[in-house]
Amino acid sequence: MDEKEKRLRRRAFLGDSLRVAGALGIGGAMAALAVRKGSDEKLVWQLEPSKCIACGNCATHCVLDESAVKCVHSFSMCGYCDLCTGYFRPQPIALNSGAENQLCPTGAIQRTFVEDPYYEYTIERRLCIGCGKCVKGCNAFGNGSLYLQVQHDRCQNCNECAIAAACPAQAYRRVPASDPYLLKVGPQQG
Amino acid sequence: MRIAWYSGMAVMLLATSTAPAVERFPPPDFSDHELPRTEMPAARAELYEYLDLAVLGIGLGMATHFAIGRRSRRGLFVVTVVCLGWLGFWRGGCICPIGAIQNVSLALFEPGYALPWSVAIVFGLPLVVTLFFGRTFCAAVCPLGAIQELVALRPVKVPLWLDQALGLLAYVYLGLGVIFAATGAAFIICRYDPFVALFRLGGSMNLLVLGASFLVAGVFVGRPYCRYLCPYGAILGLLSKVSKWHAKIPPEECIQCRLCEEACPYGAIREPTVAMQRQTRQQGRRRLAAVLIALPLFVAGGFWLGQALQGPMAKVHPAVRLAERVHAESVGLVSGTTDASEAFRTSGRSLTELDREASAVYAKSYWAGGWFGAWMGLVIGGKLLYLTVRRRRAEYQPDRASCVSCGRCFWYCPSEQARQGWVQLTPGRQ
Repeated sequence: MDEKEKRLRRRAFLGDSLRVAGALGIGGAMAALAVRKGSDEKLVWQLEPSKCIACGNCATHCVLDESAVKCVHSFSMCGYCDLCTGYFRPQPIALNSGAENQLCPTGAIQRTFVEDPYYEYTIERRLCIGCGKCVKGCNAFGNGSLYLQVQHDRCQNCNECAIAAACPAQAYRRVPASDPYLLKVGPQQG
Repeated sequence: MRIAWYSGMAVMLLATSTAPAVERFPPPDFSDHELPRTEMPAARAELYEYLDLAVLGIGLGMATHFAIGRRSRRGLFVVTVVCLGWLGFWRGGCICPIGAIQNVSLALFEPGYALPWSVAIVFGLPLVVTLFFGRTFCAAVCPLGAIQELVALRPVKVPLWLDQALGLLAYVYLGLGVIFAATGAAFIICRYDPFVALFRLGGSMNLLVLGASFLVAGVFVGRPYCRYLCPYGAILGLLSKVSKWHAKIPPEECIQCRLCEEACPYGAIREPTVAMQRQTRQQGRRRLAAVLIALPLFVAGGFWLGQALQGPMAKVHPAVRLAERVHAESVGLVSGTTDASEAFRTSGRSLTELDREASAVYAKSYWAGGWFGAWMGLVIGGKLLYLTVRRRRAEYQPDRASCVSCGRCFWYCPSEQARQGWVQLTPGRQ
């Protein structure tokens, strides 16, 4: 009986040591992986505008019904063209804000006159669906001041971004949450 | 006229340089016009991160308390609903420990990827708790488990052989998830997460249908994802086997009434064993020795067979697919271009660079396939080992690997009802 109890106690002790060692091992491994690169920084998804080909996947592949990606405008890069190829369809009927002339499917870009011959284009975030049509137009013939960015008030920060998985240009990467945008800046601000 | 001029110039520009963001029209110098500022909303505050971790920690504590301390199914139910609401619907699912498997393996194999602290804690905390208390994380905290827990209304008994065989799928899935994360190809566990679309109340149609199918199946087969697919559940099951304070069915003495076995929706309760005869015991020993000898052979054979997966495994990586496509286009095997090949040509990257990346992935896939095969060999060998070793049970006990500590059996146990004072056992037994 005494012998049996001893054996049981030894067994319990071995089991406990095994569990404590396991717990320390898991904790240690996690800490080692997390400390290794000093990575206390949270990471979020963002797309590199220079790689983006404005294929339209951002609008369709986001897990949100209205994509977390929206178009932003670098005002310091913009040429303020009268004939903005990001705003107007190819061969527009007239250079005015008529719906038939616009490239944007939701009419999210506003065109306002600044001074002759310059027009300013601002994007209404509420309406933008991140389809990238204007980005394609601006990159093709303009300065490339319109570009897509993940908007972090909307982004769910999925572990694997569904758009990143579908991005043909592999333009998505994780960036530090404290500096979550990859901005295009023109000479005036740069 | 003007348009023609612009297009002509653009064609010229495109011909000379493909670098984006060329300044074709110098920005004007406005005298009295201030440039608007672009609105850039900040990322979700770090505070929420801590809040989520706190909910995970408190949830784990409460679930453990209700499953093992208080033995309260009702308490577990409340924790289930709260955790499903917070970690599932409110937070939208990411990051979860199941997906974190992939972050951890990516961090292990990819020196460039840094594992964030929150992910390390989310992954590690349930493992440590399971090591001591069993799968209380699965019981109520995991939102994927919670949603299935709530729909398990008419569970049928899955035959043990089928249950055990399907259970192996989780290890296959775990192996694939780790391998593809390690090679940087994809996070397949996240990509095919059946419930995340439901939690977000939106997403791709396929995922919504998949989630709904799992829920419908879950009405009749308790927790189909947890039992047959969840890779994290597979890890937790292994750890739970050595847990110290696993949930017990009868508080004191088992009266062998078998009610708990009937009540368990997940087929996790094993009946008492019958005493073995000397003959079968010797047979069992011989069988055990045979399996132990065969185990290394299974692993080695698995590695050898797994290498054959090199090609298919490499193709999961986008770089390999892209390189294949670009070459196929250049020799005229396929007509037309894809967005990816188009993007590659405009990116200015050289084909040799892409080839180098693709062949590196291809070389890695040799090992990935081999290790996956070896893992499968180990899993099959381990299962045989598990089947060979006979355990002695004097009473009805939960199989620690598959029991998720949901606490349904407590209510059905007459000993527990007597302890609670709801019923009185016959005077002779008191």
